[in-house]
Amino acid sequence: MRFAFPLLAVMFVLPTGLQAQATGAQDAGEPMSMPMPSLGETLQVEPDTAPNAAAHAKSMPLPSQAEPDDAPAPTIPTMSMPERAPSQPAEPQPVTEPAMTGLNSTTLPNVQDRSGWPEPTADSANYSFLVTELLEYRESRAAGAVRWDIYGWYGGDVNRLWVKTEGLQDVSGPGGGEQEGQLLYGRLISPFFDFQAGVRFAHRSGPGSNQSRTYAAIGVQGVAPYRYSLEPTLFISQDGKISMRATATYDQQLSQRLILQPRFEFDAAVQKDRSFGVGSGLNKTELGLRLRYEVKREFAPYVGVSWTQSYGSTKRLARADGEDISLVSIVAGVRMWF
Amino acid sequence: MIVPYEVVDRRRVLAAGGLLGLSAVLARAAPTYAWTQENQALPGPKLAAGEVRSYDLEIDDCRLMIDGRAGKAMAINGTVPGPLLRFREGEEAVIRVTNRLKEIASIHWHGILLPPDMDGVPGVSFGGIAPGETFTYRFPLLQSGTYWCHSHSGGQELLGVYAPFVIDPVEPDPVTFDRDYVVLMSDWSFEAPEEIIANLKKQAGYYNYQKRALADLVRDARANGWSATLKERLSWSKMRMDPTDFADVTGYTYTYLINGLTSDANWTGLFRPGERVRLRFIAAGAMTYFDVRIPGLKMTVVQADGQNIQPLDVDEFRIAPGETFDVIVEPENRAYTLMAETMDRSGFARGTLAPRAGMTAPIPQRRPRPIRTMADMGMDMGSMDMGAGEAAMGDMPGMSGTAAPSPPVMDMSGHQMQNMGAAAEEVCADIAAKLKEAQSGMTDMTSTGGGMGAMGAMADMSSSAKDARFPHGSDTHGVGNSSIAMVAKNRLNEPGSGFDTENSRVLVYEDLRSVVPQTDLRAPAREIELHITGNMDRYSWSFDGKKYSEARAPIAFRYGERLRMVFVNDTMMEHPIHLHGMWMELENGGGANQPRKHTVSVKPAERLTVAITADAPGQWAMHCHLLLHMEMGMFRVVEVSSPV
Repeated sequence: MRFAFPLLAVMFVLPTGLQAQATGAQDAGEPMSMPMPSLGETLQVEPDTAPNAAAHAKSMPLPSQAEPDDAPAPTIPTMSMPERAPSQPAEPQPVTEPAMTGLNSTTLPNVQDRSGWPEPTADSANYSFLVTELLEYRESRAAGAVRWDIYGWYGGDVNRLWVKTEGLQDVSGPGGGEQEGQLLYGRLISPFFDFQAGVRFAHRSGPGSNQSRTYAAIGVQGVAPYRYSLEPTLFISQDGKISMRATATYDQQLSQRLILQPRFEFDAAVQKDRSFGVGSGLNKTELGLRLRYEVKREFAPYVGVSWTQSYGSTKRLARADGEDISLVSIVAGVRMWF
Repeated sequence: MIVPYEVVDRRRVLAAGGLLGLSAVLARAAPTYAWTQENQALPGPKLAAGEVRSYDLEIDDCRLMIDGRAGKAMAINGTVPGPLLRFREGEEAVIRVTNRLKEIASIHWHGILLPPDMDGVPGVSFGGIAPGETFTYRFPLLQSGTYWCHSHSGGQELLGVYAPFVIDPVEPDPVTFDRDYVVLMSDWSFEAPEEIIANLKKQAGYYNYQKRALADLVRDARANGWSATLKERLSWSKMRMDPTDFADVTGYTYTYLINGLTSDANWTGLFRPGERVRLRFIAAGAMTYFDVRIPGLKMTVVQADGQNIQPLDVDEFRIAPGETFDVIVEPENRAYTLMAETMDRSGFARGTLAPRAGMTAPIPQRRPRPIRTMADMGMDMGSMDMGAGEAAMGDMPGMSGTAAPSPPVMDMSGHQMQNMGAAAEEVCADIAAKLKEAQSGMTDMTSTGGGMGAMGAMADMSSSAKDARFPHGSDTHGVGNSSIAMVAKNRLNEPGSGFDTENSRVLVYEDLRSVVPQTDLRAPAREIELHITGNMDRYSWSFDGKKYSEARAPIAFRYGERLRMVFVNDTMMEHPIHLHGMWMELENGGGANQPRKHTVSVKPAERLTVAITADAPGQWAMHCHLLLHMEMGMFRVVEVSSPV
């Protein structure tokens, strides 16, 4: 509970700063510190190279061609001069140490000193993204609650730093809840999937005492065939207990701005962690259907319905704690991204 | 002596010209050739010996009025587009460019043959023009035709740094015309280029507001049955591809301009009835393909990419960013609408040809957005039997949900692509074997990705050669690439999606024939195959799965050699590939008359080949001319060795 809200604040503030940085990184160029030489001067044709240029024009030692005339095409086997050769008056002086190309012939660099030249493309820039996949108020026969699932990344096309936070917090009534944050390194391992590894901090506050856990987290996130967004993650707690969570969502386009999103999430564990309310086996499932309207791509309020259900020993633990084991809620929230 | 370009007297024009484009004129942000007038800047007088025709250009921030709303643009000499630079062939072009921005700027002369350090690409040709500096471009003009120039720094091209560049021939022009107009089509967004890129990085389909939704599903099901419709929908979602993906940046954010004027401002070209008018179409849209037609007026295409071609009568042509087409029209005594509808049909630019200022013609009805086909995904196997018994489909223009054949054996799913290896090789070998059977009598045409088969000259391609299918090798190009064209083919005889080819003639690459035969008629001695790739969800674009930053080593050409570049488009979008410094001869069956182009548009799942004579020593850029694709990595440097 203690770190959840500062963590949330950081989640919102950090990307705005990163956004500005990413935008800055995309500027067309850095101010040049060295003065630009007037290149007109270097192009004066030296008297001694001019005859060479003319000589090149006349007898071009073109490499012999492997294919002679058995090609069916009307190839006239003349070694005709490329049209341009005669008019190269501004041939720069050859460099004393020419670069060697793979074809073992010298290359004429355009200008000798290429240091300080900007990149011709901006393909290594970093970008950032943060989305409130779920940010909603839940109304049910139990206490009203706030549910969130916010994640984001910072980085390039292959390597990214991911942050995720998820939780459910009672806002009326006893005020219990569970919150977590994850910090992961992600790498694109296939065109549609990122591999992620990092840490997860989870916290439960409830009628009883507060509990915290730290886990190692490892998983994948991406889009599977048929456009299901999948996010399965494996956790290993500080006590060596293994658990997992998987989330699947699907976007069905009803109109250009109206999208229906079914969502399925389940938690399971190998070993039980009683004080954390975790039983072994399938813990709980959350099945929801949300309808969002994209006012802009970045801002989409939604309404929906969500059903959470506990199973097995988790169900017993929940009942003992006085929590609901099966709950249907109406939800309303906003999906925003930055 | 320095001869400045001709300037039309503003007062005379304002008095004579109509009310059109007035707001742009008053904002002093429209170049002279955008004003409604009898003549644009005419060819300058012939220069005396020792004279040099020079231009002074300034790149600066400027305010651009778009339908009454001010946008932050960057401009050459205060106008978007910049002024018309007009020369004669054989002159030496001297252009002094001063950078008044706070960032590095540059101007690249698109399609012009010149020394490598005059090419204007920061990082390849030179270090760029620093803020406050003046760079003098100086190069002899060895060619004639319609070209253009634009910034090669960041998003400046998006913001308005582009201008037409026309070189009048020294010989009498084989094309006769009574007046000519520059028609430069471009796109404008009030969003900054960095914003657009960031949006696409976060949500790749951000600008696509023409996705298929519930209404389309119901309509298609009514037409074709639920089972066929669902099967077709599922085949696309299985590939995680969107068949409505035609343009990354659409009319949702773009306003489309002709000579810097919006459709409402209505650029007008005047003519006298009975005249032959030459229209120099230049596609300067950073991310936009235009489909250009003049309802009621036939166009005779006489020049492509500045090179004269044998005249072709068409009703419509598709022009890719970077390309130019010159057409001759003979209008009658009425107004015509010059309609440039975007390829994805999300917007249009419009102008008018009229005998008098102030006349307009009706704007034609907007056409529905096209849809990608299985041929675009590289699934068109031609006459091959694919086991399911369904005939494979060729291109289906205007398809509205007819069933696609079941996807072939090789799955396109991401995780399977990781383990392509043996399984893929097996399937590919299987396809290759089937192709060999299906096309008996042909020499072995299969080529694996990245392979360099010795393919002799393919000048006069027989019909069986045209139908050749090239199965993809097992290399799926890594994580930087999210789809492959399982089977790539020659699509030069196809105009593209979204045309009514039954009722109108649309220009196709196959029909382009150079007027003057090419001088270097050697068969290419070697081939270099480049796959056009990209990861759409990541909005990362590449060649062979590698962005420029991952593949900085230049592609080496030996000076004087004759080689072939093979472009295989593994993505489902068209890409206009532009090579600086040298011509690419499009191998379209024209033999000695195959056309020269500086920009070739490669269709989805197309295998397009060009022959190049490496006659320009130095380092040259080669990249997709969709600006954001280039910025995101679809860029390479070609290095031609120096003469020995």
